[in-house]
Amino acid sequence: MNKQDLVAGIDIGSRSIELVLLQGDRIKDWAKVPTTFDPMAQCRHLMNGVRATKIVATGYGRKLFAETGQDNGVAAITEIQAYALGARYVYPEVRTVLDIGGQDTKVIHLTPVGRVLKFEMNDRCAAGTGKFLEFMATALQVPLESFGGFALKADKRIQINSMCTVFAESEATSLMARGETPANIAMGLHLAIVRRTLAMLGRVGGASPLLFAGGVAHNPCIKTLLEEDRKETVMVPEHPDIVGALGAALYGRKTL
Amino acid sequence: MSTPYDAMWEKLNLDLEAHAGLLEVLGKFYGDIYLSQDGRLKGMEYLDFVLSEIHGLRIQELQEAKKQGKKVIGAFCVFVPEELVLAADAVCIGLCAGAEIGTEAAEKILPRNTCALIKSFVGFKLAGLCPFIESCDMVVGETTCDGKKKAYEVFSEYAPLYVMEIPQMKNASDRVLWKSEVLRFKEQLETITGNKITAAKLKEAIALVNRRRRVLQRLNRLRAAVPTPISGRDVLLINQVGFYDDPIRFTQKIGELCDQLEERVKAGEGIVPKDTPRLMLSGCPMAVPNWKLPYIVESSGAVIVGEESCVGTRNTRDLVDESGETIEEMLDNLVDRYMQIDCAVFTPNKERLDNIVHMAEDLKVAGVIHYGLTFCQPYAAEAIKVEKTLQGAGIPMLAIETDYSMEDMEQLKTRVEAFVEMVS
Ligand code: SF4
Ligand code: SF4
Repeated sequence: MNKQDLVAGIDIGSRSIELVLLQGDRIKDWAKVPTTFDPMAQCRHLMNGVRATKIVATGYGRKLFAETGQDNGVAAITEIQAYALGARYVYPEVRTVLDIGGQDTKVIHLTPVGRVLKFEMNDRCAAGTGKFLEFMATALQVPLESFGGFALKADKRIQINSMCTVFAESEATSLMARGETPANIAMGLHLAIVRRTLAMLGRVGGASPLLFAGGVAHNPCIKTLLEEDRKETVMVPEHPDIVGALGAALYGRKTL
Repeated sequence: MSTPYDAMWEKLNLDLEAHAGLLEVLGKFYGDIYLSQDGRLKGMEYLDFVLSEIHGLRIQELQEAKKQGKKVIGAFCVFVPEELVLAADAVCIGLCAGAEIGTEAAEKILPRNTCALIKSFVGFKLAGLCPFIESCDMVVGETTCDGKKKAYEVFSEYAPLYVMEIPQMKNASDRVLWKSEVLRFKEQLETITGNKITAAKLKEAIALVNRRRRVLQRLNRLRAAVPTPISGRDVLLINQVGFYDDPIRFTQKIGELCDQLEERVKAGEGIVPKDTPRLMLSGCPMAVPNWKLPYIVESSGAVIVGEESCVGTRNTRDLVDESGETIEEMLDNLVDRYMQIDCAVFTPNKERLDNIVHMAEDLKVAGVIHYGLTFCQPYAAEAIKVEKTLQGAGIPMLAIETDYSMEDMEQLKTRVEAFVEMVS
């Protein structure tokens, strides 16, 4: 393998598409675009002008991309494998990877040498995912980017019982009618997600150390609550949303 | 489009238009999942034919049999002793319940959180879509899980139903109960058919059903070869067809197929390359045309080499002792054989755990996929134990819970592919 070879990893998710370019062991460049209604056009746009020796796709659009893809053939791997590989790159000691994305949550338990030992994914509804947070932030009229910080201003912990997007909204509305502060309600919603996440972590074993990736890892409140419960520092990479694309590129490098 | 069978279907009171729609979907589905496979065996043509005639020729045969005064008995569970049905000179049909059609109608009279299998058989009946149910002179239900038990109460308003009580433990008193139920069933069959079950007839029936089980055992031994000579999808289909095809013809045809397989195995030929990850399915039964999960698995780069399921080895593993001469001895042998079934409705049910581990080791699988129907309590509860047990044996397991809808295809694909990556 030539050291100068450029390898591309592309993660086609339900909300956004990320691209990572690896040169040797180094991330040369990365980019992120929204998925929109025409994900393949977005992919072409992202790949425009990129001359990679190898391209590996992951995420729910991986198959479509690999099929309609480039001339030199695009490989496809699942998000599970991609996140496992990407997480090890940013944090070699990692034993559990938590990825909360736009529409699903994944928990991956790794062996000490980084093989996938067991994994869990949420089922088809969006409860506890980025979608849920997005929906609730809109309901409370707080910008999504500051929703976590907003929740951290809460002065008490109330319990929101429902994890279903529709029911949780009506629960939040009735709490509001009873005079509960929006920050407390926001905190309650974050707690609900973390409760659910912890249950999933428990099911796969949840060994430490834990790396938190995916779009929702930007949310400081989820991170804080996870750390509180697990009594450990939870690793969040500098760019948590590109871990999948990075993993795909790393896979490409391995199989050059 | 009209077919030569329209008049027959009309006589059976099917909803012709909806039925035509069902056949179309089934045909397309079958084409995508089965006919598209590479390197299929010649012997599978027989199954393709049987399946294409599932509502045609086979139903015609049933109608012919009825004209000659034979009764048609339908069953939903492998606990119903088929030997007695055959000994009473009746036809035994394993009713399928593997499609979503009719679910809406079923949900009007059943709770929504009922498993897909139950909703399906009730739905098929309510929607007037199943010529098998319509051909039955008696449908045999059983008190396995609570969902089925209560559904039969509703179902009995629409079909001629008879219910057997299946014990849920395996103590001496349970065997006594089961034997009395087998006797009651025998009497019921004698009444409904007007035929006496004699020792000679029962002996013959026991031998016949055993022969069918043996040929399926042979099939399972052959496919255990590395590389496996036949796809898991095809074997599932064979197991499914075995429930409603004529047992003599079926046994002969599968015997011929096994001869072909034997040659393949000798030549070291496989349906897939020999390093393809081998997986095993375990759990709830998969009735026709429930091919969703096997299809996903085999299009994710793995091959299925065993089914620990009622539509699989749970139905074929144990034979009835053939040494009995008197009715009494033969009934006892029947009772003993059926008490070995390790369905999840039993408690405790350690045999199943042991069997799964043995099977997985014998078949040299890289992993097990546990298939549970959403809302199926018994299998969901056992999935956790199965996983622990397999873990102890160093065999990875993936638990899937799903129903007959296609909504979760993408999700399932990701899970299964990730599992295949994990075990490869
Ligand atoms: S799973 Fe149990 S209840 Fe269902 S068919 Fe098999 S033995 Fe009968
Ligand atoms: S699949 Fe489960 S819930 Fe459904 S009938 Fe069978 S045992 Fe009962």
